[in-house]
Amino acid sequence: MFDIPVGDFFEFIINWLTDNLGGFFDLITITVKTFLVGIENILLFPHPIIMIILLAAVAWYISGKGVGIFTVLGLIVVEGMNMWDATMETMALIFTAVFIALLIGIPTGIWASKNDTAERVIRPVLDFMQTMPAFVYLIPAVLFFGLGEVPGIIATLIFAMPPAVRLTNLGIRQVPEEIREAALAFGSDSRQMLLKVELPVALPTILAGVNQTIMLALSMVVIAALIGAGGLGQPVVTGLQQLDIGLGFEGGLAIVILAVFLDRVTQSLGEKSQ
Amino acid sequence: MAAISVQNLFKIFGKNPEKAFPLIEAGKSKDEILDETGNTIGINDASFEIKEKEMFVIMGLSGSGKSTVLRCLNRLIEPTKGTIKIGDENITEVSKDRLLELRRKRMSMVFQNFGLFPHRTVANNVEYGLEIGGMPKEERRKKAYEALEKVGLKGYEEQKPSELSGGMQQRVGLARALANDPEILLMDEAFSALDPLIRADMQDELLELQAEVNKTVVFITHDLDEALKIGDRIAIMKDGYVVQVGTPEEILTNPADDYVKAFVQNVDRTKVITAQAIMRKAPTIQIPKDGPSVAIRKMEKVGVSTTYVVDENRRLRGVVTIDDAIKLKEDGKKDLEEILMTDIESASPQTPINQLLPKAIEAKYPIAIIDDEKNLKGIVDRATILAELNENGNNAASDQDEPKSTDQ
Ligand SMILES: Nc1ncnc2c1ncn2[C@@H]1O[C@H](COP(=O)(O)OP(=O)(O)OP(=O)(O)O)[C@@H](O)[C@H]1O
Ligand SMILES: [Mg+2]
Repeated sequence: MFDIPVGDFFEFIINWLTDNLGGFFDLITITVKTFLVGIENILLFPHPIIMIILLAAVAWYISGKGVGIFTVLGLIVVEGMNMWDATMETMALIFTAVFIALLIGIPTGIWASKNDTAERVIRPVLDFMQTMPAFVYLIPAVLFFGLGEVPGIIATLIFAMPPAVRLTNLGIRQVPEEIREAALAFGSDSRQMLLKVELPVALPTILAGVNQTIMLALSMVVIAALIGAGGLGQPVVTGLQQLDIGLGFEGGLAIVILAVFLDRVTQSLGEKSQ
Repeated sequence: MAAISVQNLFKIFGKNPEKAFPLIEAGKSKDEILDETGNTIGINDASFEIKEKEMFVIMGLSGSGKSTVLRCLNRLIEPTKGTIKIGDENITEVSKDRLLELRRKRMSMVFQNFGLFPHRTVANNVEYGLEIGGMPKEERRKKAYEALEKVGLKGYEEQKPSELSGGMQQRVGLARALANDPEILLMDEAFSALDPLIRADMQDELLELQAEVNKTVVFITHDLDEALKIGDRIAIMKDGYVVQVGTPEEILTNPADDYVKAFVQNVDRTKVITAQAIMRKAPTIQIPKDGPSVAIRKMEKVGVSTTYVVDENRRLRGVVTIDDAIKLKEDGKKDLEEILMTDIESASPQTPINQLLPKAIEAKYPIAIIDDEKNLKGIVDRATILAELNENGNNAASDQDEPKSTDQ
């Protein structure tokens, strides 16, 4: 019948952006990269044994004995599979992506909670971000940022950000009217209202969003490895390409161990804040 | 000067409040106006004054506009029209900053479901108002602890609100409202979420606390018994109007219209009508000035056989009977102290008549009504009390099959 050139149009936009905003993207690349490398260095600096003890202590303290023991055993397995460096790289990548996702997502969620029009605009954007197959993000990410960790982080953070926005918005909107009235009646201005009442009361919900963001970011690990982000996705991708079942499985297992650790710890953090 | 004065206050909820005014003037009802304009009348031309240090109760059925009036006083809800003065300041016109200051320093609020901050400890809840006003930490802690002690929560300062019972949580709410020592306390159905026994306790405590702290209290309730118990004066609201403002007795004895009448018909008046409403003037003589001759002459003149004796400061000393006085005179003595009977029943002017009855049954003479200084204000005899009780009984009997007005 007739063609609507959606693809062409999208390509045109991307090309225009790369041509005209190249410097801007370079700046982002450098900033994100520096941040990432910093985290990586910190995580890789201590001997694995020390790091295992440290992480297990954190898990024990926050989530209890069971998770603490799991962390010790799990990370010993990871080290035994020679996946230690890749695991720390993935941890740094997740941390960076989640950090940026929250940096953008939480303020956006606050804005959406304060402004009904903003919420109406943001909601479909979030739906779009989450339902669009994650692979699609790889293309513009590569075009803007080349291959490597940075486009991996960008694709990850776009995919993982929606729950942070959604649950921040939800959490603040769910603050009981009477509590809000109490804050106002005692003379809070809007900044005090947000910082001393709304955010603290919404904190458990916001932390549930953070937990989901982390889990979504983890789910991007393998996809990000396709464009050279490295880490634990790499052995899975290699395993796939070379039909090396063992290698692929080891990578997958390490991701699961990391996921359980991050999930339990952030979940308990949310429960504790209640 | 009135602590709070409200003049021609309107609140109209909805997109185009202006559209509602012509209809209000045309005398259309709240429902009609909602149908025609989509606007809800919250408050319709309310005017009243609240006196300094008064317990002012606003009552009315659900949706009558009580909460809206209360929230206009601290502008949690912006009035559509009218003026509200706190002291001599028109708060409908003050700036944002001044409004914050008023809320921090001059008035505070207690909520139906307590409105406590769940993430803060009890003490941190109480110090909230002081904290956002910028008071240094040590100082506000101290004040919070003091306020908590006042409401009987010493020892609970570092708990979370969720660890306390409902009654205790509302004490925290009360302490939070008292912490910044405001002139005005706004209480929106503060005790409605509590179960009846605790509720009665809290009412008593509020009265005790009020005797100590002396605030201007605006208290909202839809429970008439509560209103009568704590109100110095009561405003009754209906569909956004204030239909009557008066003391509990005025409202009971003189309801402004059928709506108020329906409200008050099931009340046990003997709990509300007080001695001063039914007392009459007592024949008195004064010692040491007056002797037996004066006493006899006075009693003969009024046609009674006993008279009340007061001293030069008009303090009640006792009674003398005409027989004793005649005997004293025949014996040639002059000092009435000799025949003075001091074991007489007395009561304060505020005693409700249901508490007078047992005394009246015991007493040989009419009950002396005396104030705190022991000044004799009047007397109440048994017949008057019985007549009042009888009238109340008739009322109650004829009202039996009517629905109870305070039910929601
Ligand atoms: N924010 C609002 N928007 C629209 N209408 C409102 C709003 N708040 C109150 N109203 C309406 O104004 C009227 C008065 O409400 P208000 O809450 O003051 O009643 P109330 O006497 O406190 O009742 P209750 O005993 O149920 O608390 C009601 O008809 C209510 O529906
Ligand atoms: Mg109400």
